[in-house]
Amino acid sequence: MSIGLGHCLLLAAMLFSIGLYGALAKRNIIAILMGIELMLNAVNINFVAFNRFTVVSDLTGQLMTVFAITVGVAEVAIGVALAYRIYNDRLTINVDELDNMKG
Amino acid sequence: MNFEAISTEIFILVLGLFAIVMDLVLPKNESRKSIGGVLVFALTGWVLYMFSMYVPETAVADGSATTRYFMDMMYIVDNYSLFFKQLFMVATVFTLLFSMDYMQTVLRYKGEFYALLMTALLGMCVLASANDFLTAFIGLELMTISFYILVGARISSVNSSEAAVKYLVVGSVSTAIMLYGISLVYGSTGTVQFYEMFHNQHLFTAAGLAGATMIMIGFFFKLSVIPFHMWAPDVYQGAPTPITAMLAMGSKAAGIAVFMRVIYVAFPLIGFYWLPILAVLSAVCMIGGNIMAIRQNDVKRMLAYSSIAQAGYMMVGMVSADYPGMKAVMFYGMLYVFANVGAFTALTVVEQQRGGSDYKSLAGLAKSAPVLAAVMTISLLSMAGIPPTAGFAGKLYLFTAVVNQGYLWLAFVGFIMSMISVYYYLQVAKAMYLAEGDGKELHISGAVRAAAVLSVIATILFGVWPEKLAELTNLAAYTFLQ
Repeated sequence: MSIGLGHCLLLAAMLFSIGLYGALAKRNIIAILMGIELMLNAVNINFVAFNRFTVVSDLTGQLMTVFAITVGVAEVAIGVALAYRIYNDRLTINVDELDNMKG
Repeated sequence: MNFEAISTEIFILVLGLFAIVMDLVLPKNESRKSIGGVLVFALTGWVLYMFSMYVPETAVADGSATTRYFMDMMYIVDNYSLFFKQLFMVATVFTLLFSMDYMQTVLRYKGEFYALLMTALLGMCVLASANDFLTAFIGLELMTISFYILVGARISSVNSSEAAVKYLVVGSVSTAIMLYGISLVYGSTGTVQFYEMFHNQHLFTAAGLAGATMIMIGFFFKLSVIPFHMWAPDVYQGAPTPITAMLAMGSKAAGIAVFMRVIYVAFPLIGFYWLPILAVLSAVCMIGGNIMAIRQNDVKRMLAYSSIAQAGYMMVGMVSADYPGMKAVMFYGMLYVFANVGAFTALTVVEQQRGGSDYKSLAGLAKSAPVLAAVMTISLLSMAGIPPTAGFAGKLYLFTAVVNQGYLWLAFVGFIMSMISVYYYLQVAKAMYLAEGDGKELHISGAVRAAAVLSVIATILFGVWPEKLAELTNLAAYTFLQ
């Protein structure tokens, strides 16, 4: 059995769902960032798979992947820096305790 | 490679790099306000120069002027994008004017603020010019990532980092959803370019439609349209006040600029089915935003809900999906900038010198700073749409456009909700004029005074004499639809 487009898309969809669940259900900021990273990587798999298996003349999909990886890294870098600041302020990185502002 | 087409972006990038270098070169205890001053003058000059870049209507009609592109159609410079770029730059100039004092006293890292504001502005300009999803994605991320840092820039405040984390998590999740949508659309059509997508019938497959829907949802998050709005109030409240202003004026307008291009150029056929949903969402935004704004104690938070309502008003113009509607959205976006500048100038001074932004901190502002109190009142009345302020002219354009398309009920919702909004806007006026404050004079610098007075002059000028601005938006909308 050879690996085709369907397998890649299924893998990406599963990764995306796991990532979305992680981002929504986890209470630790670092774990949420991991969930977001999973979602972004699922997108990368999608792009590369579409570029490889469908008939397109250019490399737009792979180009998108390069940019998506860069942006994802920048986002997570800021996320970790902010998690560090939150820890400095409150000695916890549990998002349930980020409830200063309400209304 | 037509580098002349991206001269604006190159200029802004150079200004950002200049801010970084100057921050390193200047002695440690020197004030960083001088950087802001240079940026204000440079950006003002460029905004005036940009008037010469517009392609006149006659040249568009007879086809003698060709639209300028950069990088093989990826980047389009038309009148529409020029107008939005000017809007962003005007917003940034005003923000710089009234934020220099605030930043000097409140932030620990002052130079970075100017550099990051420039990169955020660069991201907005890229968004306005984006002609494919790759460019749009990069512009969107450049803007939002700069804002994540700016929102969390106030290290002394616990709320600031909390707001930044909330913004980052919601923003990244929405980015991921939007990217997934882009990948599905790319997979079904084989392109990410707006014009090519328009011709492509493969979009109408299950994957293509799902992708388009996810892209829309991503944009709704960025525009804080009501089911996707929960991040906005917290972020607006926790962010440093000038950044809240930038989020309300610039980030929202940038989202609207690219959103209009996506629904009118990339997905016009799906957009046809989307318009009724958009109409409902805009009604929900107007109702929800205005009602929730009533029960807020913090003025920044109140303005956050009010900005959700304002996004609803602007979506009314998008629903009409024709040339008067687009023109009205652009007109409204511009005057919303001036109204916001007026309100946030006063709020910035109050937060800096009285240490809070709730109604109590505003008490007695009419005695301590009569100019600021007057400016704030007029700006809020403009947001509510009371004549003779510009807000009235803007709402008139928006609602006429949508009534002509047969959405009478939407205009009615807008009218009623505008009336309700007067209540909570006047609560601010009540606190400023009737409540007793400590009576201490507030210190107001020349730059702050200039921002406040100029914004209120613009608000009234465009209210009684909207002709010139209307002509400019006409030109921008006209060439967009060619």
